[in-house]
Amino acid sequence: MKENNVVIKTENLTKRYNGFTAVNKLNLEIYKGEIFGLLGPNGAGKTTTILMLLGLTEPTEGKAYIEGYDCTRNPMAVKSVVGYLPDNVGFYEDLTGKENLRYTGQLNGMDPDKLEKRIDMLIERVGLTEAADNKVGTYSRGMRQRLGIADVLIKDPKIVILDEPTLGIDPEGVKQMLSIITQLSIEDKRTVLISSHLLHQIQQICNRVGIFVRGELIACGQIENLAEQVSEGKPKELEIRVDCEKEDFLSLVKGFDAIDDIKYQAGLFTITSKKDIRKELVAAINSKGYSLMHLRLRGADLDDIYSQYFAGEGVIK
Amino acid sequence: MSVGTTIAEKLKWLYKVLLEDEEPQDDYGELKRKGLRALYRKELADHFRSKRFLIVLLLIAVTGIASVYSASLGIGEAVMEEGNDFVFLKLFSSSGEALPSFAAFISFLGPLVGLSLGFDAINGEKTRGTLSRVLAQPIHRDAVVNGKFLAGVTVMSIMTVALVLAVGGLGIILTGIPPSLEEVIRLLLFIVITIIYMSLWLCLSLLFSLLFRQTATSALAGIAVWLFFAIFMGLLAGLIANAIVPIDESSPATLILKNQHLQQNISRISPSILYDEATATILNPAIRVLGPILVTQAEGAIPGTLPLGQSVLLVWPHITSLIAATMICFALSYIVFMRQEIRA
Repeated sequence: MKENNVVIKTENLTKRYNGFTAVNKLNLEIYKGEIFGLLGPNGAGKTTTILMLLGLTEPTEGKAYIEGYDCTRNPMAVKSVVGYLPDNVGFYEDLTGKENLRYTGQLNGMDPDKLEKRIDMLIERVGLTEAADNKVGTYSRGMRQRLGIADVLIKDPKIVILDEPTLGIDPEGVKQMLSIITQLSIEDKRTVLISSHLLHQIQQICNRVGIFVRGELIACGQIENLAEQVSEGKPKELEIRVDCEKEDFLSLVKGFDAIDDIKYQAGLFTITSKKDIRKELVAAINSKGYSLMHLRLRGADLDDIYSQYFAGEGVIK
Repeated sequence: MSVGTTIAEKLKWLYKVLLEDEEPQDDYGELKRKGLRALYRKELADHFRSKRFLIVLLLIAVTGIASVYSASLGIGEAVMEEGNDFVFLKLFSSSGEALPSFAAFISFLGPLVGLSLGFDAINGEKTRGTLSRVLAQPIHRDAVVNGKFLAGVTVMSIMTVALVLAVGGLGIILTGIPPSLEEVIRLLLFIVITIIYMSLWLCLSLLFSLLFRQTATSALAGIAVWLFFAIFMGLLAGLIANAIVPIDESSPATLILKNQHLQQNISRISPSILYDEATATILNPAIRVLGPILVTQAEGAIPGTLPLGQSVLLVWPHITSLIAATMICFALSYIVFMRQEIRA
């Protein structure tokens, strides 16, 4: 990606609260038009990062830029191009959905006629036409989230930041929400930053993701490459099941120098090696005429990353 | 457009900011102004629609009307006793047979108005999760506090003016006495002091809504301070004064006087006492001095009333203290809000 396509940029962004480091030297670049997923367990510092991007919290160290504006020095400029959906978004319960949107539009200093048209358009887009004149107090959680999306889009932002947009809504609602978010990027050409701990939901729609644990970005890139980044330098663990005798297999793998250790349990071999030897191993098995029943590189897919970093709520094993 | 230096210029600026459409001066100047205006209007609409406002208004209106009615019944007696100067003002300052005076009611219930308008101003928005959404819009952070304060003051001003006009009208009907020009001016001053007094409580409740997470806590804190100042401060001042300057029946007059002065000054910590003294002096021109004096000091004084300027001069410290306390509370709220973390 070219330098001039960078929309959001942070340089050594750090936030400490009384000795506790919420965000540690974050360096992040988000490019124009992409959907970037900031994934991490609860308490990893995602929301703090977002608040610093919006100029709502001052960083202890480092800088953040959105569209070239310094987020701390020039929050007005940043907030006029960024739409932000907070986690647990709240609306004025005794106002209708439309009235809530109108208030946001007024805060953005929008022209009243344009605002009304835009409200109607957005209400329809998020599928709330029938409930638009009901008080928000009667809305379900999914409807609130969708109203939140409309609220974010009122000011026609170039950048949309969504904090846990799918949290606590039903599977059908999640589907709707994800398709709305995808539209934001593909049809409207907006840059989208999603923060979430629900990796499985978010990975479907993100172009790139960053994995954020304990205030540090431990991996960042396209989902396919992530696992490699995370497991880089660590010994590889290979699960393999082959349709042959145990001894035959052991003699077959003897020729591989990279292998450190082999364990056997109920027909399943676990091979620890210095590098990825899948290709060579499969070729060797084929040449002997055995058939391969199961092969899996542990730590290589998102499920492993997930269980490693997320399920433990940020405790790195 | 810059904020002017004189009060008139400042008021003009405020008016333009809140109500007029004007061309922008710098890139975000227009946005800032529109944001503040939107906030102000929203708060105003919220107040007028809220049941809370209706309840407080009813409470104040009923007690106000009842007290003026009660005062009007005893007005003949009062005229006979004290002469017929400033009879119209007596409707507001004198208590009837059964009820305290209008001014005393406002002194007691005014804080409730201020507290009820502000106790959940910020923490309420935080609990509902609306604050971070509002602050993510291109407005300045202080616009939220400013908008809420200005809307509260506006509501209280409308309320006070309407109430004084209503009970004044009722008084004219009941007694048949129209107010003189000086009485009208004194009533206007009374309204201004009342608004400042209520604003002080609004600022205090705003501060509590920033300091406490729960709206119930901030409401309770406000009520505690209110009751303390309205009821216990006077009692406490007596206790402290007696401890510092002990007196008994055989004490010399100077010592008793010293004790009384001390007691009065301590009780003046309470904004309610300040307000009581200020409004009593403004509404009753016959009050020439606040606190006790020796007989020798009063010797040779010609009984009569104070001109308006002298009445104002007598309570000038009271008025400035009330304004100062209001400003301190507001400044504290402002600082706390600007430094507070937004995270819910």
